Amino acid sequence: MTTAVADAAHHVEHGPAKGFSRWLFTTNHKDIGTMYLIFSLTMFFVGGTMALIVRSELAQPGLQFVHPEFFNQMTTMHALVMIFGAIMPAFVGLANWMVPLQIGAPDMALPRMNNWSFWILPVAFCMLLSTLFMPGGAPAGGWTMYPPLVLQTGDSFPFLIFSIHLMGLSSIMGAINIIVTIVNMRTPQMVLIRMPLFAWAWLITAYLLLAVMPVLAGAVTMLLTDQFFGTSFFLAAGGGDPVMYQHIFWFFGHPEVYIMILPAFGIVSEIIPTFSRKPLFGHDSMVYALAAIAFLSFIVWAHHMFTVGMPLSGQMFFMFATMMISVPTGVKIFNWASTMWRGAMTFETPMLFALAFVFLFTIGGFSGLMLALVPADIQYHDSYFVVAHFHYVLVPGSLFALMGAAYYWLPKWTGHMYNETAGKVHFWLSAIFVNVLFFPMHFLGLAGMPRRIPDYSTQFADFNMVATIGAFGFGLSQLIFVYVLLTCKKGPPATAEVWDHPKGLEWTVPSPAPYHTFAEPPKVDRTVAFPKDYD
Amino acid sequence: MIRKSLTGLIGLVWAGGASADWALNMPQGVTDLSQETYDLHMMGFWVCTVIGVLVFGVMIFSLIKHRKTSGVAPAKFSHSTSAEVTWTIIPVIILVAMCIPAAKTMIKLEDTRNPDISIVVTGYQWRWHYAYQDQDLAFYSSLARPSLEARQLGSTIDPYSVDNYLLEVDRPMVVPVGAKVRVLLTSNDVIHAWWVPELALKKDAIPGMVNEIWFRAEHTGTVRGQCAELCGKDHGYMPIVVEVVEPDEFDKWLTANGGTPKAVAAAAK
Ligand SMILES: [Cu+2]
Ligand SMILES: [Cu+2]
Repeated sequence: MTTAVADAAHHVEHGPAKGFSRWLFTTNHKDIGTMYLIFSLTMFFVGGTMALIVRSELAQPGLQFVHPEFFNQMTTMHALVMIFGAIMPAFVGLANWMVPLQIGAPDMALPRMNNWSFWILPVAFCMLLSTLFMPGGAPAGGWTMYPPLVLQTGDSFPFLIFSIHLMGLSSIMGAINIIVTIVNMRTPQMVLIRMPLFAWAWLITAYLLLAVMPVLAGAVTMLLTDQFFGTSFFLAAGGGDPVMYQHIFWFFGHPEVYIMILPAFGIVSEIIPTFSRKPLFGHDSMVYALAAIAFLSFIVWAHHMFTVGMPLSGQMFFMFATMMISVPTGVKIFNWASTMWRGAMTFETPMLFALAFVFLFTIGGFSGLMLALVPADIQYHDSYFVVAHFHYVLVPGSLFALMGAAYYWLPKWTGHMYNETAGKVHFWLSAIFVNVLFFPMHFLGLAGMPRRIPDYSTQFADFNMVATIGAFGFGLSQLIFVYVLLTCKKGPPATAEVWDHPKGLEWTVPSPAPYHTFAEPPKVDRTVAFPKDYD
Repeated sequence: MIRKSLTGLIGLVWAGGASADWALNMPQGVTDLSQETYDLHMMGFWVCTVIGVLVFGVMIFSLIKHRKTSGVAPAKFSHSTSAEVTWTIIPVIILVAMCIPAAKTMIKLEDTRNPDISIVVTGYQWRWHYAYQDQDLAFYSSLARPSLEARQLGSTIDPYSVDNYLLEVDRPMVVPVGAKVRVLLTSNDVIHAWWVPELALKKDAIPGMVNEIWFRAEHTGTVRGQCAELCGKDHGYMPIVVEVVEPDEFDKWLTANGGTPKAVAAAAK
């Protein structure tokens, strides 16, 4: 630890530039990480506002606020903004901040590209959001962009495609950077298998990104040429096949689901041991489970397509492969439970979010298992049951993990302890309202309410009202998080360790982490990936 | 006070159940296969519930017992090969056991051979077209007028005053009870999906392709559904109504609408 402090002092002359150029030209992983995180929080509120418009319209039967065209634009844009603008960049931001700190690297391996991969994003999202003001409005064909419907999009169509190209470009560059950093820049004694779980999860996620973002780019490019250059990849009239798009899309889309959850697994695997005061149970099997999930994610895509008409053997294969995913996922949950077992737990805000993650993500996993049963899936498909399922995985799943990570590492980033009471209030309100919001959707789907409809039969009215109340409660609770961030600088100074003897290299540097860290590779114990003497 | 509000709540749920509001579960439906689908759904639900109770139970016990404030020193263990092997193998066995009944139902769902009636259902933006293949009858089926008027933005008509709001059509699809009905699905424009929960059927209607499904309704009555695949602005407004009637009534309906009754109704008997 003393070495790190000395290094920081020695490098003080390389502090950040002043003003806006610091952020525009920065190649510093911490600055870029911060920008990613602020950007994703902004997008979270943009996408959340769209969700609240959707939920307002759905509060009662009948149309009260918006036309169906605009409703469809809101559902489509909500998904695109939340997936590509909020969740994914937030994980990349955490990777930027924490991966170099966890593996003892001075920065990301490709710092200039790192700057690029961030600054592409605001451009992509300005373009995407500008479609709201175009003739014909924003894309309204769903985030899955199924042809032929998506080809009915108005002037915004090419902007949609191009913004997705840009997001893909950003993700691919980010992924390359993370892989190169982890593979080449680990401190010499850090054996790959012993690497902290967050870094491991990101290494695997980065390979998923590399594999599937080009597939998405290809699919949307084919949409572009179908629209403007006379091809018929997906147009039945020209001999094309609209179902082929769905196969290509979901070959991207299912791994994408894991791109949004594997880093969350990594985060939870960091937080639970710290607050249980016990080493992570089954570190290696956690890594193998991540790898198994990543592999399986490539061979289950057609479970999104059980109603398109598929050969029986195909349906059976995809059903069985999908169910197999619950084996490594189960291993992870059992391992987290075993980490808690006979620990000495305390319940600070990061731990609360991590625990809620384990419980509520598991509920999303259960509905996922039910969705794999083909005849039942035929009923669930495109109903509110599916909406409930993937929101359980993404909101109390990915988002709670992100919130937990923010609280966990915030003192390391800012050098101050956040307001613990406000954090706990934020957690409890979020945890209660997220269930009020999404749990009734299971019932709506089972009772027969399709997704993506602006209005519904009166029999669905009651649970929709409950869900809308939950939505506003959840949305407003997130403002507490903004309050926590804004008041953080007023908190008491944080120590280097922040928590009660957490394990990992990031806790050996001072808080706030100096602008440059690990100019010389730190020494770690080969068996545990952090300095042994440091207890 | 608490007891009073509790009774009130139970009364509310009960009354709600009667009017199908606050409905909690999937309908069991009107065909053998919808019943099988429901059973599979419940099997999935109970398997998840049992696993959930066990896993959550262990975690909640741990949350109560293994906290720092109770003064325990944290244990040091970090792996157990036998435990890890056990909780890898047992789920595999459970999953295989779940797949077997699902596969049996899937085989039946695919068996569209020897239908008594074949109906070509074509999706349009935004209504359905039904063509009875051997009965010389074809017609469009659109959202019924009262729903159409009530659904407009700024409409003063209360949706609750409209019978079967958004689930009523001008011309329903009519089928005889007990007959094996084959539905051939396609589309004229974008992808739609024909979903009737009580029949446990949902299949995409895709331009340039024909998808086949089948059902055999066991009771007379009316079942309702909706388009399930986003198909543009009026996706929420293309309901499906299937009326299941006695075979002689089906013949009468055919004749009254200009169709030709075939011997199907008798065959269904
Ligand atoms: Cu999937
Ligand atoms: Cu539709």
